[in-house]
Amino acid sequence: MLSQESLQEIDREIAKYPPDQTQSAVMAALRIAQVEKGWLPKELIEFVARYLGMPPIAAFEVASFYNMYDLAPVGRHKITVCTNLPCALSGGVHAADYIKEKLGIDFNETTPDGKFTLKEGECMGACGDAPVLLVNNHHMCSWMTTEKIDQMLAELDKK
Amino acid sequence: MILAGCDGDRTWRLQDYVARGGYSALRKILAEKIPQDAIIAELKTSVLRGRGGAGFPTGLKWSFMPRSFPGDKYLACNSDEGEPGTFKDRDILRYNPHSVIEGMAIAAYAMGAARGYNYIHGEIFETYSRFEEALAEAREAGFIGRNILGSDFSFELFAHHGYGAYICGEETALLESIEGKKGQPRFKPPFPASYGLYGKPTTINNTETFASVPFIMNMGGEAFLNLGKPNNGGMKLFSVSGHVNRPGNYEIPLGTPFAELLEMAGGMRGGRKIKAVIPGGSSAPVVPGGVMMDCTMDYDSISKAGSMLGSGAVIVMDETTCMVKALERLSYFYFEESCGQCTPCREGTGWLYRVVHRIEHGLGRPDDLDLLNSVTTNIMGRTICALGDAASMPVQSFVKHFGSEFEYHIENKKCLVPPEVQRAGSQIYVSPSC
Ligand SMILES: Cc1cc2nc3c(=O)[nH]c(=O)nc-3n(C[C@H](O)[C@H](O)[C@H](O)COP(=O)(O)O)c2cc1C
Ligand code: SF4
Ligand code: FES
Repeated sequence: MLSQESLQEIDREIAKYPPDQTQSAVMAALRIAQVEKGWLPKELIEFVARYLGMPPIAAFEVASFYNMYDLAPVGRHKITVCTNLPCALSGGVHAADYIKEKLGIDFNETTPDGKFTLKEGECMGACGDAPVLLVNNHHMCSWMTTEKIDQMLAELDKK
Repeated sequence: MILAGCDGDRTWRLQDYVARGGYSALRKILAEKIPQDAIIAELKTSVLRGRGGAGFPTGLKWSFMPRSFPGDKYLACNSDEGEPGTFKDRDILRYNPHSVIEGMAIAAYAMGAARGYNYIHGEIFETYSRFEEALAEAREAGFIGRNILGSDFSFELFAHHGYGAYICGEETALLESIEGKKGQPRFKPPFPASYGLYGKPTTINNTETFASVPFIMNMGGEAFLNLGKPNNGGMKLFSVSGHVNRPGNYEIPLGTPFAELLEMAGGMRGGRKIKAVIPGGSSAPVVPGGVMMDCTMDYDSISKAGSMLGSGAVIVMDETTCMVKALERLSYFYFEESCGQCTPCREGTGWLYRVVHRIEHGLGRPDDLDLLNSVTTNIMGRTICALGDAASMPVQSFVKHFGSEFEYHIENKKCLVPPEVQRAGSQIYVSPSC
């Protein structure tokens, strides 16, 4: 169900923990699985649970507790904008409004062509870089003026 | 101190850290076989207080670890920085990751722990990757791993990546999360020093706390203490955000006047008037701007002003800010991030958000302020972890200091600060130096 590379990556995570504590690698394993498949369907979570020798229900609990796991399909590029207070004071909300207008979607929506999903984020620990946003969970973009947003969307659109 | 001599992304590698004098403290401790007690005593002298929010004396915390306990013992570094306003640990990990590694190795030696984890906030994957690289460098050079620098001391250190849950910053939720579970805080006692990760004695400290340790060992506890002021030892990183000209991290001695910090951060944006400051992260009570201008930045002074130094996250708001709207956003955050285990927190944070939301949207009722106060008293002190209090303190302090603004909202069904003024005040702002 997962590629050889992903499985090797998961094995490296398992090795970080004591031999009888493979469940500790579940967060990383779900992350790696999501990077490969785009989101986490039920069968994938079960696969990860079996791979780690833990009950599937325990893996579901983890997948639904943490915000960055996607339990439903998302667009090819998921953009998460921080609108918490410190960011909002330096334009976080304006940046989100600008993206909404450009993409023609609201938070938690995906563009009709399936390219972009927009999410509202909580503090990312980068408030000094406001406005900040995350692209596909792992790439943080700082100081997002409207020009930089235009540029970013144009680049992502090509991918 | 921690960020001194660091040149952004260019000087984070092992060779740069060593050139700045890095790993000399660990080297000395191992070469001279300095006793564990002496290290802990030095920390006590330094009066280093935990930089993660609670300000608990680090030396004292380390002394709670059962050093003679024969089995496994663990260390955990709390880099799950997600308290709105706080962004210092990310810079420490990006620009000086080896200071954290060295600090953790010294801590492990002092407490006899053989394994440690650094729990890194989900949203900063790039920082997590860099820390992994730094770990590989340190392992290669023999600063972590088996028989460190040829001694009989061994310490394994790994990074654990979070995936989006503020509550995992709470130390026992963090341990649950490393165990591969939902991040739900545990009842205390037992405290982690007796029952921590995998049920074994564990000490948890903040990133900045660990990063300070090598410097304290090098300069001595007394010298570190004297950098700050009595009972408030050393230097501290302050993350300044909001309506200032140069948001960013500033590392200054504890006890520095707030006015000086504000000056360093470029002063108020557009020369506007300061209205309020949250001096220690979103969970700390808000302080009116005028009161804040007379404070110094240390645990005691901020606590005298009725707030907390917390994580050192200074959120500055000017006169264009609507305090009801500001509180609404914070209350939404706590509602969203409550782990749902305790009824007063799960239900209470929802109540707080809904009531502030309706006041902001012109649907407030005359007795809503009393309602807010009674909800907070029903939450505080009745929950498993401090998130309940953290959600309540902003509400109480906003209503206390800016009650008339809330009343105006309720009576007139609109903001005291006109919406266009608010919008203009919080435009996208990027400081020229970025
Ligand atoms: C809801 C909540 C969130 C917290 N978040 C953090 C955090 O992000 N980073 C941190 O170091 N401490 C956080 N803490 C405090 C930790 O529980 C703990 O006190 C701290 O990591 C201890 O380290 P220190 O003594 O070095 O400060 C949080 C506490 C609570 C209740
Ligand atoms: S106080 Fe809130 S966040 Fe903390 S354990 Fe209880 S429900 Fe969870
Ligand atoms: S509030 Fe947006 S990153 Fe902290």
